[in-house]
Amino acid sequence: MGDDAVTAQAIIQSLASGLLMGLLYGLIAVGLALIFGLMDVTNFAHGEFLMIAMYLSFFLFAFFAIDPLLSAPLVAAALFIFGAVVYLLLVRFAMRAKANAGMVQIFTTFGLAIVMRGLAQYFFTPDYRSIPQSWLGGKTISVGGIFLPEPQLVGALVSIAAFAGLYFFIHRTDFGRAIEATREDPGAVALVGIDKNRVFAFGWGLGAALVGLAGAIMAVFFYIYPDVGASFALIAYVTVALGGFGSVFGAFAGGIIVGLVEAVTALVLPPSLKSVGIYSVYLLVVFIRPRGLFGSM
Amino acid sequence: MDKDFAARRRRDLIIAAALATIAALTPLFVKDVVVQNILILTLMYAGLSQSWNILSGYCGQISLGHALYFGLGAYTTELLFTKFGVLPWFGMLAGGVVSALIAMGLGYPFFRLRGHYFVIATIVIAEIGLLLFHNWEWAGAAMGITIPIRGDSWLKFQFLRTKLPYFYFALALCCLAWFVTWWLENSKWGFWWRAVKDNPEAAESLGVDVFNSKMGAAAVSAFLVAVGGSFYAQFVSYIDPESVMGFQFSLLMALPAVLGGIGTLWGPVLGAAILIPLTELTRFKFGGSGRGVDLIVYGTLIVLISLALPRGLLSLFSRPKKTGAAR
Repeated sequence: MGDDAVTAQAIIQSLASGLLMGLLYGLIAVGLALIFGLMDVTNFAHGEFLMIAMYLSFFLFAFFAIDPLLSAPLVAAALFIFGAVVYLLLVRFAMRAKANAGMVQIFTTFGLAIVMRGLAQYFFTPDYRSIPQSWLGGKTISVGGIFLPEPQLVGALVSIAAFAGLYFFIHRTDFGRAIEATREDPGAVALVGIDKNRVFAFGWGLGAALVGLAGAIMAVFFYIYPDVGASFALIAYVTVALGGFGSVFGAFAGGIIVGLVEAVTALVLPPSLKSVGIYSVYLLVVFIRPRGLFGSM
Repeated sequence: MDKDFAARRRRDLIIAAALATIAALTPLFVKDVVVQNILILTLMYAGLSQSWNILSGYCGQISLGHALYFGLGAYTTELLFTKFGVLPWFGMLAGGVVSALIAMGLGYPFFRLRGHYFVIATIVIAEIGLLLFHNWEWAGAAMGITIPIRGDSWLKFQFLRTKLPYFYFALALCCLAWFVTWWLENSKWGFWWRAVKDNPEAAESLGVDVFNSKMGAAAVSAFLVAVGGSFYAQFVSYIDPESVMGFQFSLLMALPAVLGGIGTLWGPVLGAAILIPLTELTRFKFGGSGRGVDLIVYGTLIVLISLALPRGLLSLFSRPKKTGAAR
């Protein structure tokens, strides 16, 4: 009886942390889904965008003692500019490729990822860094015997707020409608005076800003090192694919599923195998629905 | 037109024979062990990339998970060798067969997927393989397998005093992969693959067996890559999950073909001949510092070539199509 209660509590505990982490995964992945939905391009440097956002938080903390929570909007703004510049300087040209367009896009962003990793190693060294004393770091809240780490809790709230904001933005503002229109027919929007390139650059900026926000929160409770993006990038691709490529709100659902599956797997398998659960669910879902859960069939 | 095509194929074969002969003679002049090492890796990756190119280039199914087959080749060979004393030659064959069978087994569900869903599925399955080997105690788990020294002979496929036999084996592997590609290019399979790549629906309606075309390409591709993995294990004489099944192998198989010219006969060889020495030299020169200069050089190269030459470096040599048709 007592054992059952303990087990039940352990299960609820891990589901709760899984849910929080899942919301954060959704926030990490949504930028990828946004960009893909807008222009059919997968950013293979998405993990590295997360990595520089984490470093940015770290340095703002280390040099100016700005708490990551305060600097998060700053980091998001910096990433917005970075994303737009990447589009204007690289992706724009990759999209003009006359042959092997898919490969060119994959390997242009992949090459960018490798360069970013190299630059991070060069300037920041391969050392693992962390933010030792932030407002939230290491603190937990207890709700009915369930312990919720504050950084993940705030991350989950930020994620929900970001998705709500994104929903409002896409459906209620002119620029959001311009994005929707461009994604449906990039040729036709030119006729009504929408500059496709501006919309795409904005989309890349917005996508990068969202992953920047995620990075700022991750910096509070995760080690920061040049390769940190790689493992989260694969989770982000799985999240986006689960939701259905291009579906922004599919990423939200996909993130939650990934977080919960990861938590459940960690209960039944050795911790080193926890990603196997996520990967298996991905395979299972696409085998049944080859375009993801919320992708158009 | 047919005559032209036959002439081109004959010319390709002659060029390949000439290049192979020149390559076979290089050890007479190149005595430096570091350079020999780079040559061995270049030949190996040329062969691997050529094999990758069969599925991903000709048949158009972009795989970024071929490290799985490379690792399976290495592990099958070494597990049979260390646990049961089976000679690496048989292990190599067994690894190839195991990989081909697994590739076909995976093909059943995988080949229903399109585009990014397929690419991510291939990355994910290789990661699952990597994690499973990490946790498989009998196969050495994260510690891996140190290959015991049992001799210094072709029979045991172990060489202690010189790297030359490895060089010749890598050359043979590269030639085999090239020849298989050359041969298949003009077979029923080759035509099917190009049709599947260009437009699967149209191919299907013209009577091409799309599914079996993909299965065939996957089996040949996985078999050859596994032979490469088996060779690599003997060459480095120590394997662990990361060092034979890591994502970097999937990437290093794809990149030469992409840089040289994907879906072409010569692309992988050309790409490997440029990329692998460059990778090894930058790593040799800067990599030790752990400061990432090698990554910066390498990544920049990938971006520039992708943007400037979307058809790969090979497109620099090809004449415009019109002159060919006019003759």
